Amino acid sequence: MSEQATTAHEKYYVPEKSSMAVLATIGLIMSTFGAATAMNQATFGDGEPSYTLMYVGLFVFAAVLFSWFRTTIRENIAGLNSAQLKKSYVIGMFWFIFSEVMFFAAFFGALFYVRTLAGPWLAGEGEGGAMNHLLWPGFEFSWPMMQTPQEAVGGVTNQLIANMGTFTSAEKSMAFSEVGAWYQWLPLWNTIILLTSSGTVHIAHEGLLSGNKKRFNLWLGITVALGVVFIGLQILEYYEAYAHYGLTLNSGIYGSTFFMLTGFHGFHVAMGTVMLGIQLIRSLKAGHFTSDDHFGFEASSWYWHFVDVVWVGLFLFVYIL
Amino acid sequence: MGFISERLRAQVGYAAILIATFLSGGALAQDSKVNQVNMSPGVTSSGQAIYDLHMAILWICVIIGVLVFGVMFYSIIYHRKSKGFKASNFHESTKVEIAWTVVPFLILIGMAVPATSTLIHVYDTDEAEMDILVTGYQWKWKYEYLNEDGENVSFFSNLRTPQDEIYNTEEKGEHYLLEVDEPVVIPVDTKVRFLVTANDVIHSWWVPELAVKRDAIPGFINETWTRAEKEGIYRGQCAELCGKDHGFMPVVVNVVSKEEYASWLADKQAEAAEIKALMAQTFTMDQLVERGKGVYQSRCAACHGMNGEGGLGLPIAGSAIATGGIAKHLDIGINGVAGTAMQAFGGQLNDVDMAAVITYQRNAFGNNMGDMVQPIDVFNHKKG
Amino acid sequence: MGDHHHGPAKGLSRWLFTTNHKDIGTMYLWFSFAMFILGGAFAMIIRAELFQPGMQLVEPAFFNQMTTLHGLIMVFGAIMPSFVGLANWMIPMMIGAPDMALPRMNNWSFWILPPAFLILASTLFMEGGAPAFGWTFYAPLSTTYAPPSVTYFIFSIHVLGLSSIMGSINIIATVMNMRAPGMTYMKMPLFVWTWLITAFLLVAVMPVLAGAVTMMLMDIHFGTSFFSAAGGGDPVLFQHIFWFFGHPEVYIIILPAFGVVSQIIPAFSRKPLFGYASMVYATAAIAFLSFIVWAHHMYTVGMPIAGELFFMYATMLIAVPTGVKVFNWITTMWRGSMTFETPMLFCIGFLVLFTIGGFTGLMLSIAPADFQYHDSYFVVAHFHYVMVAGAVFSMTAAVYYWLPKWCGRMYNETMGKTHFWISFIGFNITFFPQHFVGLAGMPRRIPDYALQFADFNMMSSIGAFIYGASQIMFLYNVIATIVAGKPTSDEKVWDGAEGLEWTVATPAPYHTFETPPAVR
Ligand code: HEA
Ligand code: HEA
Ligand code: HEC
Ligand code: CUA
Ligand SMILES: [Cu+2]
Repeated sequence: MSEQATTAHEKYYVPEKSSMAVLATIGLIMSTFGAATAMNQATFGDGEPSYTLMYVGLFVFAAVLFSWFRTTIRENIAGLNSAQLKKSYVIGMFWFIFSEVMFFAAFFGALFYVRTLAGPWLAGEGEGGAMNHLLWPGFEFSWPMMQTPQEAVGGVTNQLIANMGTFTSAEKSMAFSEVGAWYQWLPLWNTIILLTSSGTVHIAHEGLLSGNKKRFNLWLGITVALGVVFIGLQILEYYEAYAHYGLTLNSGIYGSTFFMLTGFHGFHVAMGTVMLGIQLIRSLKAGHFTSDDHFGFEASSWYWHFVDVVWVGLFLFVYIL
Repeated sequence: MGFISERLRAQVGYAAILIATFLSGGALAQDSKVNQVNMSPGVTSSGQAIYDLHMAILWICVIIGVLVFGVMFYSIIYHRKSKGFKASNFHESTKVEIAWTVVPFLILIGMAVPATSTLIHVYDTDEAEMDILVTGYQWKWKYEYLNEDGENVSFFSNLRTPQDEIYNTEEKGEHYLLEVDEPVVIPVDTKVRFLVTANDVIHSWWVPELAVKRDAIPGFINETWTRAEKEGIYRGQCAELCGKDHGFMPVVVNVVSKEEYASWLADKQAEAAEIKALMAQTFTMDQLVERGKGVYQSRCAACHGMNGEGGLGLPIAGSAIATGGIAKHLDIGINGVAGTAMQAFGGQLNDVDMAAVITYQRNAFGNNMGDMVQPIDVFNHKKG
Repeated sequence: MGDHHHGPAKGLSRWLFTTNHKDIGTMYLWFSFAMFILGGAFAMIIRAELFQPGMQLVEPAFFNQMTTLHGLIMVFGAIMPSFVGLANWMIPMMIGAPDMALPRMNNWSFWILPPAFLILASTLFMEGGAPAFGWTFYAPLSTTYAPPSVTYFIFSIHVLGLSSIMGSINIIATVMNMRAPGMTYMKMPLFVWTWLITAFLLVAVMPVLAGAVTMMLMDIHFGTSFFSAAGGGDPVLFQHIFWFFGHPEVYIIILPAFGVVSQIIPAFSRKPLFGYASMVYATAAIAFLSFIVWAHHMYTVGMPIAGELFFMYATMLIAVPTGVKVFNWITTMWRGSMTFETPMLFCIGFLVLFTIGGFTGLMLSIAPADFQYHDSYFVVAHFHYVMVAGAVFSMTAAVYYWLPKWCGRMYNETMGKTHFWISFIGFNITFFPQHFVGLAGMPRRIPDYALQFADFNMMSSIGAFIYGASQIMFLYNVIATIVAGKPTSDEKVWDGAEGLEWTVATPAPYHTFETPPAVR
């Protein structure tokens, strides 16, 4: 046997066996299987789409996650977590956020690729597409793309490739350059809101660090409220896009990239808001968090800053440029 | 089983010989097609350049391999415990480590130089003397001769190997799976530019002996070229997984003398003019059904079945469409069904063939509609 | 919550609810072996159909499903989980940690795998059949032209990705945070190093794969046009995203294998690794380069020439750090005092065959030459040399090497050596001739071929059956060892082995290092 270290050592908490992983698996698999089935029913006409399985799965999943986090929090309060374990959580959260960054990178990559390479090629410009005018006569590339190649040649029946769906074009772009009515300022309002909320969550953190729970609760509350307003405005913007701009998921690659980027971002904002909201409830209802032990809040706030940074990228590349 | 063991015995022999020839430069490969073990330089300057590059890198790798494995096997043989060899304990040597980083790097630069110049040569599509638009379809190729005076020549090139050979009920022919009903014809010693695209999914147009492989991307046109220096028939295959019959869409290129090419082209143009004339004609039911049967079997049966029983596509026998209104039926034939494998055949079949096949579908497999479609109807339908 | 001095729980709940890194490692290993058998069975169907020209066993559509599922299951089901299992077992023991950093999540990472693969395999029985678009699932074959089962495929990829990301985060946290005092980064065993870097690659690229399948999902069900030119998208965009994931993926497969080999060769040469530091730097260099070479899989898509050149040069560069590794292993053997037990044999097999696979990789990286190689059997030969003789051989070596430590029993050496020789010969009969047919012009992913390729294909099929059958011997040997092997209680099973895992009792106790060991 190896000689044991003689220095005092805080024991690493290795949890007892736990059924949460298996239960979470059941929820996850039910929801994904259910979602796939429902989508196939809707698209391939395998019957009336039924979302029951998906919702039940999501419910199970959410319930398990809830109890999982509750267990973790209780362990911490019971003093089981060594400083080393806490550091494990920190590392885990950091790399989780990094993986999220890479997820967005895929969509940003797609946006850059179509804007700078594929789009011009389709219009017969550049080294990659000198002859493409044979396929898409009349197509001119611009960004935001206000006319799909399909429309440029006069619709599905005239295009030289087989039917791959009908792609309409937006009547107006969401680009910030066309600012007119108040709602076209939405992206700017949203930018201001989100940047502010990054500030407010920071103030809350400062409050907590200085032991001022009141200040913490107040500013965290403001942050959550700002998150909710952001989501509200985002919903409004989607409504405008569909109702008045003719901009939909079907609006060619412009619609695709627009909705995928802003949509996934919006989803992450919603997640972040829920995360911060839970921290607020914990603080208000259960009096959790002290100036030196508040990882749940810290993790949520990192997530929030990350969501904020992504938005700045969006604002720049989806709306302004 | 006798068959197998006989073959097996022959194979062990082959293997030994072939591995030996492969290592000694693969000279044998040149002409013998069966059991060819090496790349063929083919009949173009790019092919030769690529082949030379390939052999050069192969040899460099072989030499490095011999050195590296030589050291390793020496060590394995002599530095073993069973021989009482005592382990020494050396490690880390900056000098050695720098050497084995820098030397491979230099070797790589040595490879990159010819690779770059070959690439530039292969990529240079300028000053082509003629253009052919190659379009991949599931699972056939379409060739269109561009920039020609007179009638536009365009045709499809389908696999000619019969199902009986594929399903082993008949002896396989010499060019099993590498034969088509209508090869693409190009003149010798002429720089031909191929504009490669696809109609449905990605395909890849590959003829090893012309040293051309270019992906056919739906909605984009790629350029590539060849300049065959020897007459002959060159065979290749689709090289990108494109669905069920990916293995059954060969490419056959017939390189002929310039004169032969000119007369072939003239014939083709005359044929095209003839079709044009036919379009104005009115046909009888028998003529249409007769012609339609041929079209159906070559173009539709893959999905709808030889007897209209369906398969990848819906059954035609008893189909509500094929026994319903003509307009709707014609519309599906011309425009396809969006989002399904049923393509728009309007651009693939000429009006005569389209009229014929629709008529055939309405009057075969027990669909006794008794009505017919004339080329002019197709023309009008396309006009809208 | 009680003391930790207890053994495993009894019955099924031990496995379902466990948080123990050794239990989870064991489950990963068995699961991956099951997937190896399934993927191998599909390979046997492929090779059986290709035994002779003509269609005899299966229909072309089914053949494509076999090719697709074989690739997917081998890569995502067999190789990756097997190395994750190994990481689970070995990393805590190698760095002196009591367990993985996040044990409950560890269990979850494992348990979402089996149902995900169940869903993937169940697509075989769905209407329209299983995915048939290759493991690279290029759009639009995998979108507009895909069977409905593609939706299930997409979600199972999502779940697999989730599992890999969580597994990797766990490994990163363990390595960064759980090392025993004195176990500095530059003292860590190389297996730990290679896994740390692999985990980083995984966290970086699995989300990108998730993005790619999400775009597919949107194109199929929600009318977007990412991969359709008619709407302004581009099918080639899919390939860029896929290979941005896909190329690092192949190093995800091989880096842990490098780690294993770097543990075993010094042990049986009875001599320390020649250049520890340069091995670490080489691994990092390979990982870095792997992010900027992806388009070498796409030389024929018609990229502008500047792109071709950039990706060609970057790809060629990978030969340098990989060469550093190969040279290091050989100088480690040089003037060692070698013995040739089964793990060492598999490592030497690895070294020779992987290097050959690396050479063909280098040939493929030469863009103009790749115009002739691409999508031919030459590529198939290349990647089986690096993946089967590379990853699978090293995994096999790892099992033989650590099995006595895991179960306290010694495997049958003669049978192990026989397994090696049959594998080695069978493997080469299978895949060496594929170089020939590839160069001669046989495309990959075809269920039937021209007559000129017949003989080599028959050879290849025979080799595949030999290689496959030899795996039965492996399975038998492992089970026989666990059940009735000769007990061994030496802490150090191999006299040349180094590292903390050889300081604990044999078989390794359920909990190790509850107090960290001292590392000099
Ligand atoms: C474990 C997995 C693995 C590994 C390690 C590699 C390693 C390499 N691969 Fe491979 N590859 C695959 C798995 C892998 N590959 C797969 C799965 C595919 C096909 C995917 C598909 O389409 O389905 C593929 C395809 C593939 C292609 C695309 C082919 C095509 O489709 O047309 C290319 C092209 O560049 C390539 C290159 C390389 C290179 C340069 C290396 C290098 O890392 C090799 C470096 C090693 C050496 C060179 C040997 C040792 C070095 C020395 C002894 C030093 C001295 C040597 C010299 C200076 C020459 N690979
Ligand atoms: C790490 C990954 C991995 C591994 C281990 C393997 C292992 C094998 N592969 Fe793999 N292969 C791929 C990854 C892998 N492959 C990929 C990514 C592709 C590309 C897919 C695509 O194109 O999309 C591919 C494609 C591919 C093809 C080309 C198919 C085509 O293009 O149409 C072929 C053909 O020979 C083949 C053969 C084999 C064989 C014979 C084995 C053998 O090593 C398998 C041996 C294992 C067993 C047989 C199972 C265990 C044994 C038993 C259960 C005993 C019982 C068996 C008998 C009695 C025989 N593979
Ligand atoms: C690649 C496969 C494929 C080929 C080749 C093909 N079809 Fe189809 N066809 C389909 C599919 C799939 C459908 C079903 C479309 C749907 O879901 O509505 C279909 C449907 C039809 C229908 C409507 C049947 C009905 O009852 O709804 C007609 C008519 C038809 N095809 C005619 C043709 C003709 C004429 C040809 C040849 C010139 C042809 N098809 C070739 C795949 C094909
Ligand atoms: Cu067309 Cu493969
Ligand atoms: Cu690669």
